[in-house]
Amino acid sequence: MGREMSNSTTNQKQQSAMSYTVEQLVAVNPYNPDILPDLENYVNEQVSSETYSLNANLCLLRLYQFEPERMSTQIVARILIKALMAMPAPDFSLCLFLIPERVQMEEQFKTLIVLSHYLETARFRQFWDEAAKSRHILEVVPGFEQAIQAYAVHVLSLTYQKVPRSILAESINIEGLSLDKFIEHHVANSGWAIEKNQNKGQLIILPSNEFNHPELKKSTADGIPLEHITRILPILG
Amino acid sequence: MAYDREQVIPGDSAYVGYDPNYVPDSVKSFVVHMYRHIREKNVYEIHQMYETSFQSISDRFFKDAPWPSVDAVAPYVDNDHVFCLLYREMWFRHLYARLSPTLKQRIDSWDNYCNLFQVVLHGVVNMQLPNQWLWDMVDEFVYQFQSFCQYRAKMKSKTEQEIALLRQYDQAWNVYGVLNYLQALVEKSMIIQILEQEKEGLEQFTATDGYDYSGGSNVLKVLGYFSMIGLLRVHCLLGDYHTALKCLLPIDISQQGVYTSVIGSHITTIYHYGFANLMLRRYTDAIREFNKILLYIFKTKQYHQKSPQYEQILKKNEQMYALLAVSLSLCPQVKLVEEVVNSQLREKYGEKMLRMQRYDDEAFALYDELFSYACPKFITPSAPSYDEPLVNYNQDAYRLQLKLFLYEVKQQQLLSGVRTFLKVYSTISLGKLAAYMEVDEPTLRTILMTYKHKTHAVDFDGKITSNADIDFYIDDDMIHVAESKPAKRYGDYFMRQIVKLEGVMTDIDRIKLE
Repeated sequence: MGREMSNSTTNQKQQSAMSYTVEQLVAVNPYNPDILPDLENYVNEQVSSETYSLNANLCLLRLYQFEPERMSTQIVARILIKALMAMPAPDFSLCLFLIPERVQMEEQFKTLIVLSHYLETARFRQFWDEAAKSRHILEVVPGFEQAIQAYAVHVLSLTYQKVPRSILAESINIEGLSLDKFIEHHVANSGWAIEKNQNKGQLIILPSNEFNHPELKKSTADGIPLEHITRILPILG
Repeated sequence: MAYDREQVIPGDSAYVGYDPNYVPDSVKSFVVHMYRHIREKNVYEIHQMYETSFQSISDRFFKDAPWPSVDAVAPYVDNDHVFCLLYREMWFRHLYARLSPTLKQRIDSWDNYCNLFQVVLHGVVNMQLPNQWLWDMVDEFVYQFQSFCQYRAKMKSKTEQEIALLRQYDQAWNVYGVLNYLQALVEKSMIIQILEQEKEGLEQFTATDGYDYSGGSNVLKVLGYFSMIGLLRVHCLLGDYHTALKCLLPIDISQQGVYTSVIGSHITTIYHYGFANLMLRRYTDAIREFNKILLYIFKTKQYHQKSPQYEQILKKNEQMYALLAVSLSLCPQVKLVEEVVNSQLREKYGEKMLRMQRYDDEAFALYDELFSYACPKFITPSAPSYDEPLVNYNQDAYRLQLKLFLYEVKQQQLLSGVRTFLKVYSTISLGKLAAYMEVDEPTLRTILMTYKHKTHAVDFDGKITSNADIDFYIDDDMIHVAESKPAKRYGDYFMRQIVKLEGVMTDIDRIKLE
């Protein structure tokens, strides 16, 4: 959900080689001050290639915690923006837990926290208004808008079987012809459908899932893991 | 060096009449027997001496003083290097428990752990030690680290001498050192691979409680195992809940394991697992585990009344009830809680939970109170700049975690109002509900979406699971409510009975009739 997976084709081999090395470092030798520059470069690489690694970023934030003089607020801001883009995952909070209070008081971080608050409480209109005012902070990270729009669609899909067009428009900050194109794309690819309502205009029918169709919820309550069954097979046999 | 009398150490005067070189007969006998049992790998006897004899001798002779110095007892144990390291480990643990360690003693204890772990990591140890002791080593190691960070952060009352010592010994209890030792123990012991292979029947570890019955040593493997729990704990202290849970992943907490072989380890594991999940908003996971352990403690605590861990067990028990109260107030899934635990919970926190679910100012004060009572002792891992004015910053880490937690609580403020109405209606129009809740329709839509977002947690693999007790969907402007029914768990019940019956039949088969 919101995790960018696209890689720019030109540097794909280089990037995957680098990300492989950094991921290895984080897995094998995470408590090592020497890898700090690698992790910082990796953040910038995540930004430019529209990829994301929570583990690597948490590792860096921990190192900043261990050696506060080496903290780069610019890098931290980028980590937080990437974390916002990972919503609905709670990555943004996870990062905040590791950032000292006095750093969180800086203007750009206060703004990001406000933006997170709006998204956490589904106040999409206020979010897009504030995001417009903070374009200078956010535009450094490509893919931001699309990621948030994906999150908005996710929340709508949890909540609605049928959602009015105006609500959709407000949530993803798209109107008019662009919105028509957006809806068309999802009708073709994501199982959306449109219903025309005489009084109120378009209704978007979102695909059925267990969250907006409770009857689809699989009853997992009485499921028994296979491992447990294998334990009694010798007895039954 | 155990006790350096040439240095004037603050706190000396507390040990009135203490002679580090005087070895009472009981201590002589203790070390001689302990040494022999360790050489002969008599794990049971080692355990008895470690748990019981050490306590009773401490109670009789060393209530307010340290045990004799290691130099004084070394001659009775052939000056055995490893035994001396083990003795010192117990020596410092006793000191921390009964007295207040000085800075120099803290540093010396760190040195001792380094030496001990290095010996173990080099694979030259050929002992079998009781799991209780091995757990205590890791547990105490992390505890002393936490204690050191708290101590170091209280700069206000530091003397120049102390600051000089801190500067000089900047490696002692350094966060990198602590984490890397725990990590090294995990890696060198290959415990993760062992647990993996055990699942396929290629290794035996859990079945023998970690003990080695083929003439080898259990020390490295079991220390490696417990170090995973040590890492879980350290990461919680740092506020990194995601990594904390990652460190615990190789241990399957839905089953018994070596972690349940020692009650202290069982409780520490579940306490931190539950707390981390609470901070990650995975409320049902936290509730399920707290429920299980609280039930377990309720049934078994009578057996631990005489043990030195009893007080700790009770303390953690109370803290977990507080965390359970908080979790249930944020996520009212009371059906997940057993009756026994529920009645205890209502007794301790029934009133407060009702008030917490009102989400007014008083409620926030209660969330603050319970969180502060039950949370881990968060630390600031970095050393202070000794040149700056001396202030106390030992509360900073805790204040940040509390602030962020209350922030999350505040965001969920409007959800309990929604729940109340959803319980009463099966369908209701947005307009009507907005009127009842005294908000406009757009606001109601955001509240309903917030409810959905907050009650659908994202797990490690990105999977969404609902922990909502009441659920709904919206069709244009109509809300349709669906209440989740708890299903009776027949499967589990039958499984247990099948295994039980098999056990009974096996026992009967064993009876030889004459």
